[in-house]
Amino acid sequence: MEKLVNDFSFGLFIWQIILFLLLLFLLRKFAWKPILKAVNDREEGIKNALASAEDARREMENLQADNEKLLQEARNERDSMLKEAREIKAKMIADAKGEAQEEANKMIKQAQTAIESEKKAAVADIKKQVAELSVAIAEKVVEKELDSKDKQLKLVDNMLNDATLN
Amino acid sequence: MKGLFALLLLALSVSNTFAGAPSQEGNSKEDTKAEIKEYIDHHLQDSHDFNLYAYTGEDGETHHVGFPLPVILWDDGIQFFMSSAFHHGEEVVESNGNYYRLYHSKIYKTDAEGTLTYDADHGDHPTNVRPLDLSITKSVVMMLVTGILLILLFRGLAKSYQKNEGIARGIGRFFEPIVIYIRDDIAIANIGEQKYKRYMPFLLTTFFFIWFLNMFGLTPLGVNVTGNIAVTTALAVLVFLLTNFTGTKDYWKHIFDPLGDGMPWIGKIFIYIILVPIEILGMFIKPFALLIRLYANMTAGHVVLMSLIGLIFIFKSWIGGPLSFGLSFAISLIEVLVALLQAYIFTMLAALYFGFASETHDHAEEHDGEIQHL
Repeated sequence: MEKLVNDFSFGLFIWQIILFLLLLFLLRKFAWKPILKAVNDREEGIKNALASAEDARREMENLQADNEKLLQEARNERDSMLKEAREIKAKMIADAKGEAQEEANKMIKQAQTAIESEKKAAVADIKKQVAELSVAIAEKVVEKELDSKDKQLKLVDNMLNDATLN
Repeated sequence: MKGLFALLLLALSVSNTFAGAPSQEGNSKEDTKAEIKEYIDHHLQDSHDFNLYAYTGEDGETHHVGFPLPVILWDDGIQFFMSSAFHHGEEVVESNGNYYRLYHSKIYKTDAEGTLTYDADHGDHPTNVRPLDLSITKSVVMMLVTGILLILLFRGLAKSYQKNEGIARGIGRFFEPIVIYIRDDIAIANIGEQKYKRYMPFLLTTFFFIWFLNMFGLTPLGVNVTGNIAVTTALAVLVFLLTNFTGTKDYWKHIFDPLGDGMPWIGKIFIYIILVPIEILGMFIKPFALLIRLYANMTAGHVVLMSLIGLIFIFKSWIGGPLSFGLSFAISLIEVLVALLQAYIFTMLAALYFGFASETHDHAEEHDGEIQHL
């Protein structure tokens, strides 16, 4: 302890106090304040940057969800459109089929009536020709049969009999 | 790698310094020991000139290489002269009709012949008057150098933030994490988020000042600033003043009314007769422990290191030399760690005391902290 007291230099003590306070003052003004401020600012900046990155990430997620939703909607729409188109197609085909059938039926009917009328005309024609031929034949037959007087009278009698029967 | 080189250089240079010290041939080992002891004692003390090394020339005289420093004495006005006038204690200096003599790194007022009177009670110390010595000693020079270095370094760091948009460049990159460490793990951890800011300049300055001076103490310059009791006392006094001038109501209440309202006054009287003086004593013991811790650690480090290097000159053999070199090398490495550690401890404890002083929270908690600390 005596050595300590003896070694104690009051001059050095004073110098140390003065120099240290001076150093403290100068460093505080020119170094510590700007340094701590810069470090603080930077930390704030990092914190803000992290927060905004998080925000951006969240926004991105939202956007992605939106996109997904839109995509899903589009897909649904496409599906429904396809379905509709398919229905329309089926309907169109069915309609066309019905119409064609109808048309065909109509045509067949027309054909049938035409055929029928043709047939009737032909039959009538045949009848007429048959009648003519019959008359001609009958003329020839009658010419030959009624060359005697008796035969003519007999025929008239027969015919009169028939007429009364009628 | 650089550090290793610096350490080698350190060991070599200090050995060089020693090489000059032991002089004449035929000295016995006892003489060498005494010489080394004296050399270490001399080294531990402040010096009035900046001595780089000494050697014994061919003429048998001891030559000192270095430069003189101004001596400023307060003795009936300012007495100013260069320390070279003392010729390393060999001559008496006359200034304005007063005579001064340098003896064991201290300046005494003497008569024209430089007579020193000794007193049996004071042992080796002369009883002559010692004028107030405000000289720019080796320690003061080193403090100035450290101060300028710190200002340049951290001013540079501060400027580099401005220039590079908040990112440190150059040497500042190395110091920035330390500054942040002191802020986060020393100041905020001990003082708290609200009040740490006003103590930051002091803590940072103290830490780097002590650390740099400790490191300078390990260089071949051979300065022992932080191992000087006056320097550590000054630092501790500043811690003491800062602690007590920034003390809150709770801090003072803790000293003068440690039990608080938990006990009726009649019961407290008997306890306080003992407790309050202890608390008041504690106010002084805390900074006192700081100053002794730093002083003792740095001084001890220097003594051990120099003693180990001194062994080379005692052994003077092929075994002793390398052994001593190896040991002193290992101790040098440890001292580098101690230099940082002591700066950290001083700052840490100062922050802890500031923490006590600026505390305003619950009393019970405050007490817990105190017990933990003790």
